[in-house]
Amino acid sequence: MFAYILRRLAIAVPTLLLLIVLSFLLMHLAPGGPFTQERALPPQVLANLNAKYGLDDPLWRQIWNYVWGIVVHFDFGPSFVYPDRTVNQLIADGFPVTLTYGSLAFLAAVAVGITLGTLAAIRQNTWLDYLAVGISIGAQVLPNFVMAPLLVLVLTLWLGWLPGGGWSFSDPSFWIMPVIALSTSYMASIARITRSSMLEVLGSNHIRTARAKGMPEHRVILRHALRPAMLPVVSYLGPVFVSMITGSVVIDIYFSTGGIGKAFVDSALNRDYAVMMGVTILVGALTILFNLVVDILYAWIDPKIRY
Amino acid sequence: MSKLFTTTALLAALTLPAQAVQPAAGETLADSQTYTYWLLDAIKTLDPAKNTDVEGSDVLRQVFEGLMNEGPTGAMVPGVAESHTESDDGLTYTFTLRDARWSNGDPVTAQDFVYAWQRVVNPETASEYAWFLELMNVQNATQIIAGDLPPDQLGVRAVDDRTLEVRLTARTPYFLKTLSHATTFPVPQKVVEQHSDAWTQPGNLVGNGAFTLQSHNLGVDITVVKNPEYWDAANVVMQTVRGVTVNDNNIALTRYLAGELDRVQIPAGQYPRLSGDYPDQAVSIPYACSYAYVFNVSDKGPEALKDVRVRQALSLGLNRDIIVDQVLQGGQKPAYSWTHWAIEGFQAPDTEIAAMTQEQRTEKARALLTEAGYGPDKPLALTLQYNTDENHKKLAIAAQQFWKPLGVNITLNNVEWKVHTDRMQNQDFDMARYAWCADYNEASTFLDWFRTEGYNSGKWSNAEYDKLMAESKTAADTAPLYKRAEEILAQEVPAVFVYHYAKVDMLNPAVKGVPTENVTNAWYAKDFYRVAD
Repeated sequence: MFAYILRRLAIAVPTLLLLIVLSFLLMHLAPGGPFTQERALPPQVLANLNAKYGLDDPLWRQIWNYVWGIVVHFDFGPSFVYPDRTVNQLIADGFPVTLTYGSLAFLAAVAVGITLGTLAAIRQNTWLDYLAVGISIGAQVLPNFVMAPLLVLVLTLWLGWLPGGGWSFSDPSFWIMPVIALSTSYMASIARITRSSMLEVLGSNHIRTARAKGMPEHRVILRHALRPAMLPVVSYLGPVFVSMITGSVVIDIYFSTGGIGKAFVDSALNRDYAVMMGVTILVGALTILFNLVVDILYAWIDPKIRY
Repeated sequence: MSKLFTTTALLAALTLPAQAVQPAAGETLADSQTYTYWLLDAIKTLDPAKNTDVEGSDVLRQVFEGLMNEGPTGAMVPGVAESHTESDDGLTYTFTLRDARWSNGDPVTAQDFVYAWQRVVNPETASEYAWFLELMNVQNATQIIAGDLPPDQLGVRAVDDRTLEVRLTARTPYFLKTLSHATTFPVPQKVVEQHSDAWTQPGNLVGNGAFTLQSHNLGVDITVVKNPEYWDAANVVMQTVRGVTVNDNNIALTRYLAGELDRVQIPAGQYPRLSGDYPDQAVSIPYACSYAYVFNVSDKGPEALKDVRVRQALSLGLNRDIIVDQVLQGGQKPAYSWTHWAIEGFQAPDTEIAAMTQEQRTEKARALLTEAGYGPDKPLALTLQYNTDENHKKLAIAAQQFWKPLGVNITLNNVEWKVHTDRMQNQDFDMARYAWCADYNEASTFLDWFRTEGYNSGKWSNAEYDKLMAESKTAADTAPLYKRAEEILAQEVPAVFVYHYAKVDMLNPAVKGVPTENVTNAWYAKDFYRVAD
């Protein structure tokens, strides 16, 4: 197992490098640059800017300098669009925000989704099942860009309960709407996957055996059904967790959280190369990490899986 | 020899004890003197040399102060400069600075301006607005930006702590109007050198404006508070000014209605409804920007657009009244000139197109197209490129519909902003959406665009036009020259001028002192106060 983890981590390094080189090249293929603007810059000014940020070097040297900066100094470079800040600072400012509301939304989605899905499965074809399925379909079809303005309208303008946006680490009232808006559709998916997986497990032989032995139903569910039923859910949750904590551009835009999701999209539109690379690497590294975590969880959930 | 040059506005402002910030009779000041306004996006930088945004300038105008400020109607009023003289040849300006202080208590000196201006043109700073000092015609700016001269050769000198001398390469009629621009603000050398790029962060930043930076959460909010060291602090009523980023205009409006914001832009098309529901809050203020469809008349452009009759026909066929009244619906005006109608001193020429009815225009457009060899039997196919935006899309679709009956088939080409800009600058388009906003309140800020050497991405060129614009730089009376230049534009049609902007906002009536007559929309929160509800 330990050797397996080491091997996976070793593969992560060339994977990340490949990601860096490919993203770098793709980014430079897009027309325009960080300093392309409505009012074309005089050539000398543009030349000064390119020189300052090393954009006049050949591409291979730019990539080399970039990777070198990260490996040796853990320096992701300066932002072209936010000249007062470095990419390290931008990520240090934005990522904790996204991590906070993303993790909370993840926990909410998992807790509610699994409960709903399990209840629906064990009470299949009763009103409880229909209700749970109804809620999850409703949550699925209500996209967060529709939900976000509705939440602000109801909770801020009509009821006056919550601030309409912004962010504060010390005041959880800012967290509530982002968490609700981000978690609902994931919650719905988790509920549906749990329900169908649970139904399949409940029909399997080992459950029939457990019931035949006279085991109480709640122990059948909790000890023998839930764990194997979680396998497809867990494989879904790995990438979902990464995408939730690295931000949703919709949440960031509608609630103005200052999170990393909007920063990522903006950096692509602004050709803010360094910020875009920084966030790409962050997302890439987290994805690799959590895919590994999922594989380890597999082994823990299903004793048949061994590495 | 130099003559004393003092405008009436300057005199008036000097003799008045303070601006009209005191509540009128019957008004009671609110306990909390706070003004919260809407920002569409994050403030990118608070470094005056690096700022390029309107929103950034709005904050910089509170935190720093230049030689001049803009008064409530847009006329220049003294800032750090108490008075100034201009030499007879118009090439040297000498400013006398008042006894002003930085927020750390240090005096604001002429050297601070020298340092700031040299820093803007220094290639090492790589300022995106370095060209602004070229526009101001400050001596040697161009050579320094190009790296041919050292920054200390810039035509700006501290004669003593309170006297600043600026030398220009040419007489520049609009020079004083550029001095309220954020690029010209002084910066504190000690602080910049101590903290390098991080000097603008809260805790580091030292300014000389009426407010100082308290906090800045990128993409969330930015808060400035009253600066007790400001020279006119005794007359500043407002205590806290907060810019709140809301990336979605409709949500921002909801939050305004919930009382979280004091000012917000009205989303397109909602002005009629909101001005009906909230007549005391919905405002439409002329805003010095013009919207146009630029023709590519370069070698890379389509052959048809090189024919002036085709360009004239497209301009005539565009029903601007419908665009303004039915699509935008916010007090914008149809444009038949490139210069915004409300620019100070601008007199639009009486052009034929402006005087016609739309029926007459359409009829003439048909005739011109037929003459040029196009029509329903031989349709003209062109593309219209615009950058991704709901409003640009609506307008482009409208234009497509107006031109279709004339036998012009328009393919709409929607591209992302950077691609749009890149293609425009490389003449890779037929027709492209464009907008220009005034850098200062004078017509040349618009008209310079169409000079052969101007930004002019369609590459239109006209010798008489260039000559007029060159003459205007030294002319005593520029109005007739600008008028003639606009006549040429109306005749030659290098672009279809579509509409002149208006700033359409919801504004909390409890906040007083917000300027509604300055077309540049520059505002100074030091002039604001809040009355009790």
